[in-house]
Amino acid sequence: MATQHSRAAARIMMAPAVFLLLVWMLVPLTMTLYFSFKKYLPLRGGDLGWTGFDNYVRFVTSSSFWPSVQTTLVIVGGVLFITVILGIMLAVLLNQPMWGQGIVRILVIAPFFVMPTVSALVWKNMFMDPVNGLFAHLWKFFGAEPVQWLSQASLQSIVMIVSWQWLPFATLILLTAIQSLDREQLEAAEMDGAQPVQRFAFITLPHLGRAITIVILIQTIFLLAIFAEIFVTTGGAFGTRTLTYLIFQRVLESQNVGLGSAGGVYAIILANIVAIFLMRIVGKNLDA
Amino acid sequence: MGHISLNQVTKSFGDVNVIPPLDLEINDGEFVVFVGPSGCGKSTLLRLIAGLEDVTSGHIEIDGKDATEVPPAKRGLAMVFQSYALYPHMSVRKNIAFPLRMAKVDQAEQDRKIEAAAKALNLTDYLDRRPGQLSGGQRQRVAIGRAIVREPAAFLFDEPLSNLDAALRVNMRLEISELHQTLDTTMIYVTHDQVEAMTMADKIVVLRAGNIEQVGSPLELYRAPRNKFVAGFIGSPKMNFLTGATAAAHGAHTIGIRPEHIEISREAGAWKGKVGVSEHLGSDTFFHIPVADAEDTLTVRASGELGLERGEEVFLSPIMEHLHMFDAQGLAVR
Ligand SMILES: Nc1ncnc2c1ncn2[C@@H]1O[C@H](COP(=O)(O)OP(=O)(O)O)[C@@H](O)[C@H]1O
Ligand SMILES: [Mg+2]
Repeated sequence: MATQHSRAAARIMMAPAVFLLLVWMLVPLTMTLYFSFKKYLPLRGGDLGWTGFDNYVRFVTSSSFWPSVQTTLVIVGGVLFITVILGIMLAVLLNQPMWGQGIVRILVIAPFFVMPTVSALVWKNMFMDPVNGLFAHLWKFFGAEPVQWLSQASLQSIVMIVSWQWLPFATLILLTAIQSLDREQLEAAEMDGAQPVQRFAFITLPHLGRAITIVILIQTIFLLAIFAEIFVTTGGAFGTRTLTYLIFQRVLESQNVGLGSAGGVYAIILANIVAIFLMRIVGKNLDA
Repeated sequence: MGHISLNQVTKSFGDVNVIPPLDLEINDGEFVVFVGPSGCGKSTLLRLIAGLEDVTSGHIEIDGKDATEVPPAKRGLAMVFQSYALYPHMSVRKNIAFPLRMAKVDQAEQDRKIEAAAKALNLTDYLDRRPGQLSGGQRQRVAIGRAIVREPAAFLFDEPLSNLDAALRVNMRLEISELHQTLDTTMIYVTHDQVEAMTMADKIVVLRAGNIEQVGSPLELYRAPRNKFVAGFIGSPKMNFLTGATAAAHGAHTIGIRPEHIEISREAGAWKGKVGVSEHLGSDTFFHIPVADAEDTLTVRASGELGLERGEEVFLSPIMEHLHMFDAQGLAVR
């Protein structure tokens, strides 16, 4: 793509895709912005005209706002922490030559193919149910009182379910990164007197830096918007109401589109703050 | 110190036997070169000595002590890898310091050794760069620096120059030879390039399919190759071989004669042929001449220019004292 001609051709070829992407992004964004300045109650009079920043003020001053931001951050942070740590461990493990490697790798990736709604329901009904769940039986077997997972340890339960879903993604990315590590580097370190733990800390981990960054950034984007897992398990009760879930409640349960839209704009701001924050910490790893 | 001896060492990968039973003595301070065609097991042998691979059977002794079961770090050997294997996220200084850091050498001592190594290897100005910002030759020197600071009993090099361009290779060859002179430490050097072997070695070990074909000084191998393989492998351009009636006339199955040991004449000589391709190097000219009974076209070296035309008929005579004779098994007969 060097000549004037080929560049012009490339632009024309890309135009439809760029146009589609812009429309895809801009239309919902503009509509959200538009509604956020309106008093719009579909079942109670519909469009009731402009209200300025009223919706914005009401959304932040509501007692649910800050707890929901906190919940969102706790879930994102918790899931990131668990998936990155376990992902590294699993990747190291799966990289060892062992019997049945192919099967084990497929099994590890499998959770990623299960729809979030389904996996959350499976966890809720088959594992975490205080009467019939597997955990309840396990607890009873050891003579302990079964835990009411989704009400007593609701946030932890959600973090656990979501981590289970995202662990394969982290593992997969980190495994491919580990496989690209030059074996001679590890051997050189071995000859230089580095013990296995030191080889991991000084050679493998720095090599994984970029992959870890990618895992963190991509997961954050998706985790900020998790919804189905909360919807089918706690329905936002027991302190599991994230910002996304709060917006959902405002728009659909309270039938207040204007207020929800203002929440949507806050969600965009939050996502950007988190993104800037992350890029500051880990972004330098992306420079070659 | 750096006396290494291999005793009936073998190595198999699964069913594939790469190194058949092998004995070898490497003396203190020697520059030993393992040379042989690609895939003959040179790297495997080096890695066995380093401890990066376990021997299948046999014993390795370093300085009189059995090192067969000793882990690589404890053998006191330093290795320079073909890919250099520098740590990409560490500066040159940290790369060189790594073995010292692992050995918990105190900081002042570390700095002193790093400065000394950097000075010896012309790396002082690059200490704060990352390996990615260095040229091939500089990376090579960093890898050597990382080996030097450990003050090992022996250095192991695995085709260290094969990733460098021709001019740099000649330079590094000299630098490594000089390093050997100054340090006076045992060095084991693996290469498939017989020129490197001839120019650097005190002792050459010629390998074929894991077997040692011959061990000796470069000139011993050049003058008295033990068999046809060594004869053909050592020397450049390679030795000419003739069979059939021509060889039988000398009472051998095959005779070998190096390009530099053939006299060329327009009038008379032992063998006759027509000049084929000529390669003019200025100082020398190499003629490729098809001759009866030759395994390949005969290569003949002449000093300077002879003014021979392509297709011109010439006579060739071997210098008898440099004629090599081989029996049907390819073993040299004298
Ligand atoms: N880890 C291994 N597993 C199986 N075969 C190997 C392994 N390493 C080397 N080999 C085989 O051993 C032979 C010698 O290899 P190598 O020592 O690398 O040769 P060289 O360095 O002389 O080119 C080759 O045929 C190679 O395929
Ligand atoms: Mg090799």
